[in-house]
Amino acid sequence: MTIEDQLAGLATKAPRTLAPEVMLETGLADGYVRHDGPTGNMFVSFNRRGVSSISLGDDAADFEVRFEPQFGRPVFPVTAPPTRLARALDKALRTNRIGNLPIDWSGMSEFQQAVLRKTAEILPGEVRPYSWIAKEIGNPKAARAVGTALARNPVPIVVPCHRVVRNDGHLGNYYYGTDVKRAVLEAEGMDVQGHEALAERGIRLTGSDTTHIFCNPTCRDARRTRDEHTVEFRNQSQARAAGYRPCKHCRPEVA
Amino acid sequence: MTLDTVAIVNNRLATNLDRAFPDLVREMQGGLYSGVRQMVPSSADAEDITQEVFIRAYRAMADYSPERIRQLNLRGWIWTIAVNLCRNAARSRSRRPRTVELDRDAFAPERGPEASAVLADENRQWADRLARLSDAQRTAVVLRHVVGLRYVDIAEATGRAEGTVKADVHRGIAILKEALT
Repeated sequence: MTIEDQLAGLATKAPRTLAPEVMLETGLADGYVRHDGPTGNMFVSFNRRGVSSISLGDDAADFEVRFEPQFGRPVFPVTAPPTRLARALDKALRTNRIGNLPIDWSGMSEFQQAVLRKTAEILPGEVRPYSWIAKEIGNPKAARAVGTALARNPVPIVVPCHRVVRNDGHLGNYYYGTDVKRAVLEAEGMDVQGHEALAERGIRLTGSDTTHIFCNPTCRDARRTRDEHTVEFRNQSQARAAGYRPCKHCRPEVA
Repeated sequence: MTLDTVAIVNNRLATNLDRAFPDLVREMQGGLYSGVRQMVPSSADAEDITQEVFIRAYRAMADYSPERIRQLNLRGWIWTIAVNLCRNAARSRSRRPRTVELDRDAFAPERGPEASAVLADENRQWADRLARLSDAQRTAVVLRHVVGLRYVDIAEATGRAEGTVKADVHRGIAILKEALT
């Protein structure tokens, strides 16, 4: 063998991790990890801007196949996200609050961003109607568009679209089905059955006869009111007529 | 990559950089890594530098006009970045102590431990032989015979005249032959 042939024999394959690292660093692809979620396994993808998608499920191949057409770039499995993101993600999932977890908002319209950022303010254990989000973001007539924006939430669980319910108080739709919505809400401590029982009777607001304040029924202030002091209202005009004012925490004016 | 595919790749990069760049990485990563591997002491350094080359190439092209991308001699241009990064790495390395590192290419899990040991040994011997060459000779020999670049590409990558590069390769091979006998 000539020396030239021997030199040619020194050529090797590039390590398998090389191309994915380049794609991540240039933003041409996202990385993803498997993570425990509220209903079992889930996949969390991310890039240098933050978390780009969350998908509940067990099938990694299926997740990868559906990611590319939706986001216009491929996604690679990685061993771990960057340390700061990993820490913020763990905390967000442990506390059910988004905290300082960075989200990649780049593919979303301003309207969708506003809807999702507002949704992220709803505390665990509480729910709000679509119309509440619409009112809060200064677009009171856009309740239907709010529903569409939430249906396309790329980062469910960390942006808790499961905490937004129908205006009549029923749980309403969820990408993974109403049963999953119920399970996730119960897992974070909400009394779903009690809330549905109220909705069934047409009750959308509750108040306290000691403070004369009315709330969304899942508001943490409403939940503190003892049963014998709780009064029920079908709508805000009924509450106002009874001499009640809206709660400043849950701002139930539109519920 | 043949000459024809290079022209096609240039065109695709100029038309849609984000779509074509992953293919460029797939096409070039083997050659780039293999060459860089012979110019730095460890496989970890080689992987880091190869990554950095692609990242810099991408960022540079993102700022170039389509016309400029079409006219690039891709291999010569990308190897210019690689040769510079290898040179900088050698410079900063000479200022810090060297540590012994596992040869990650030789000890890839798909090879048995014995084959890995033999390969690691061969790699070390070649590293020692190549260390006898001057920097210019080593770069020229590696780019010519490990990577398989044309002299014109090597001349562009190293910023030297084609004739000088040929002489470097020639002289480098002669030194290696001496080392082998």
